[in-house]
Amino acid sequence: MNPVLYLAQRGTAAILALAVAVHLTTIIYAVRHELTAGEILGRTHGNKAFLAFYLVFVLAASIHAPIGLRSVLREWTGWRGRSLDLAMVAFSALLLCLGIRAALAVYLA
Amino acid sequence: MTMQTTAGRDERTSTDYLTVQIWRGDRDGTFQTFKVPVRENQTVLDVVTEIQRTQDDTLSYRYACRVGMCGSCAMIVNEQPRWTCRTRVDKLGSGPLKLEPLRNLPIVKDLAVDMEPFFDKWKAAHGYFEPGDNPPADFAIVEPSSSEREAVDEAIECINCAVCYSACDVVTWNPDYLGPAALNRAWTLVNDVRDRGQDSRLTAVSGDAGCHSCHSHMSCTRFCPKELSPTFSIAGLKRATSNRLWRRKR
Repeated sequence: MNPVLYLAQRGTAAILALAVAVHLTTIIYAVRHELTAGEILGRTHGNKAFLAFYLVFVLAASIHAPIGLRSVLREWTGWRGRSLDLAMVAFSALLLCLGIRAALAVYLA
Repeated sequence: MTMQTTAGRDERTSTDYLTVQIWRGDRDGTFQTFKVPVRENQTVLDVVTEIQRTQDDTLSYRYACRVGMCGSCAMIVNEQPRWTCRTRVDKLGSGPLKLEPLRNLPIVKDLAVDMEPFFDKWKAAHGYFEPGDNPPADFAIVEPSSSEREAVDEAIECINCAVCYSACDVVTWNPDYLGPAALNRAWTLVNDVRDRGQDSRLTAVSGDAGCHSCHSHMSCTRFCPKELSPTFSIAGLKRATSNRLWRRKR
């Protein structure tokens, strides 16, 4: 891991710590108030703050997870080099696409 | 006669014998069991020496000073890396004594390991003083209270026994990882105001084998016989390399 990846992983970890806390709080709120899926989508539809929050969440996760996975794979499987880096870029792109798709689906629902 | 000891060795006869399992051979070796009389204030190094002198003179191990100055007698004692000259047998609890060569280094024979990869990583981490092309003619004044000097007060006491290197899980998982001792050495030089090789040194400790691969398990700090904290030094290198990144981007 080089300093850029190191700082990127630590920085996104700080964002994720806050984002996950907010995410879990909203889940607990929805369960406690017995909100239906329709009621939840009614609140998220067209809500730009909601969309912005989850886009930041998804972006942070798509940066954070591949860097950590890269270290795990390097240490536990011996997979090294450019092929690993490219695979992690692809994994990051996959997380980003799936996450944006999910956030947009709920925003546009 | 039964000697008073807190060791409470099992498998001991009425004349108090200590059971010692010692690794024999190279990587594909096996353990050999010896019996050694229990003696007062006996160190693990005393035990190994007694076996070599009285039972099997082919037993290979390494030591020099016998008093905790040189660090050359380090071995794995009951699964933990230690200086054998500073480890009293009666402090190790009950059960047989199990001795193995240091982990993460090639075994030469029995309890002796090849230290070359350890010192190769010292070089790879630029763990040597670089005076630059035009070193100053006069002595540099380094105030003991300066922040750079205080940052390495402990780190400069390292004597390269490789106990930390043997204790480090990251070295086991990633054999290229420079390891706590080499990074600790690099940290002492990063804080040496006379050194002119900082840029190349910070680059050397920044790769996939460098300081950012440390998981902060702190095994190096826990097992260091001199109670130093290579983890602190590695954290310092992380800060120094990150700061250099910011400086470059500005």
